[in-house]
Amino acid sequence: MSRVRVLVGTKKGAFILSADGKRESWTVEGPHFAGFEMYHVKGSPLNPDRLYASQTSGWFGQLMQRSDDGGKNWEAVGNEFAYDGDPGMHLFYDGTMKPFEFKRVWHVEPSLDDVDTVYAGIEDSALFISKDAGKSWQEMTGLRKDTNTEKWQPGGGGMGLHTILIDPTRHERMYVAISSAGVFRSDDAGKTWAVKTKGIKSAYELPDPKSEVGHCVHRIAMHEKNPNVLYMQKHWDVLRSDDAGENWHEVSGNLPSDFGFPIEVHAHEPKTVYVVPIKSDSEHFPPEGKLRVYRSRAGGDEWEALTKGLPQSDCYVNVLRDAMAVDSLDRCGVYFGTTGGQVYASADAGDTWAPIVRDLPAVLSIEVQTLTS
Amino acid sequence: MIRIELPHHLRTLARVDGEVRLDVQDPVTLRAALDALEAAYPVLRGTIRDHATRQRRAFVRFFACEQDLSHEPVDAPLPEAVIRGEEPLLVIGAIAGG
Repeated sequence: MSRVRVLVGTKKGAFILSADGKRESWTVEGPHFAGFEMYHVKGSPLNPDRLYASQTSGWFGQLMQRSDDGGKNWEAVGNEFAYDGDPGMHLFYDGTMKPFEFKRVWHVEPSLDDVDTVYAGIEDSALFISKDAGKSWQEMTGLRKDTNTEKWQPGGGGMGLHTILIDPTRHERMYVAISSAGVFRSDDAGKTWAVKTKGIKSAYELPDPKSEVGHCVHRIAMHEKNPNVLYMQKHWDVLRSDDAGENWHEVSGNLPSDFGFPIEVHAHEPKTVYVVPIKSDSEHFPPEGKLRVYRSRAGGDEWEALTKGLPQSDCYVNVLRDAMAVDSLDRCGVYFGTTGGQVYASADAGDTWAPIVRDLPAVLSIEVQTLTS
Repeated sequence: MIRIELPHHLRTLARVDGEVRLDVQDPVTLRAALDALEAAYPVLRGTIRDHATRQRRAFVRFFACEQDLSHEPVDAPLPEAVIRGEEPLLVIGAIAGG
């Protein structure tokens, strides 16, 4: 019998939502780490009971937590993220240069090869690795040495490395995405990196819309069976690359707005993609107050609104970049959390939706584990 | 022996109830007290002081004997009543956001 575990990071704690494979009746555990911002919680693909969590606080800084029993018990692990050598400089909002300064961990990505190895994407943007289950962290220095960090700049939410993708067919190939810098790819397990932004245009954000660096990429996603195809939700524009990031082209098509944060791919259909359009960069809520997930079955360009079970009036929440995920059951489950504290689930690939919970703190991240028991 | 009173979240993190009591070698300064606290509870490293700079985190305050010691030199002796264990050193999460 399959089970589903939804790991929810919120502004005031983490929650674990569980259901059997029918995904009709849910239990809600939490808050874990009540009062803390839980930027991200994610399980190891090698051992789903091994969870890593980023716990952060304006008062007490960054903490990292690890669980070895699926979130019942947690242990605080290493929380020192020291840039390697000279921290370097980046562009600031006002055009001046600022030194890189660690602020928080935005994203944790457990390794596909070793349960004790985990990557962390941090603000100010850098990539870190732990090979001892989170006890100690080292910067993967190639990313910032091989790229022009003096053109990196913070987006509205800070300068975070928020997406880490590992090619499941070729584990030495990794992608990271940074707001506002772009997409970067490594083909040697993170030793060296190259920027992959050809074709991306940011007419309203950059003086040179086709600049190599500086694009406010909000999220990228891939399907494990077709990892050379990447999907991107940028500040404005939804894009696709068919050649592992070498070239990008816009696939926003008929979306009511091509601004948004998350983008996710169906578990079994590599061309089926989900986004949640948001009105604009200053109006972080759905167009017309209607919360709609849009699904394309063609890898973009042609989108259909998914509305059944979602509020279609007076809805002014946002869905953040890490707050959407899928399970791998048949039919594919799709989940997202809102800044209003709702976690919506669809057990039929988006055709219909229902809230699992309605009144959590603002949701920062969602991850889903499909378990067998 | 000195007494340190931690805020709720740090007590939870350190898994302690009530005050923490620590032996601190002379001279009993704020730096020495925090060094002893972090040695006894390594999980608190980085939560009160920045890992790299060892500076107080911006929204943490140190109170004792009805004084705000947050901006005092970290190598200045703590108040006598704290050194004698008559009064606690309070680590406070500063008022913010509300």
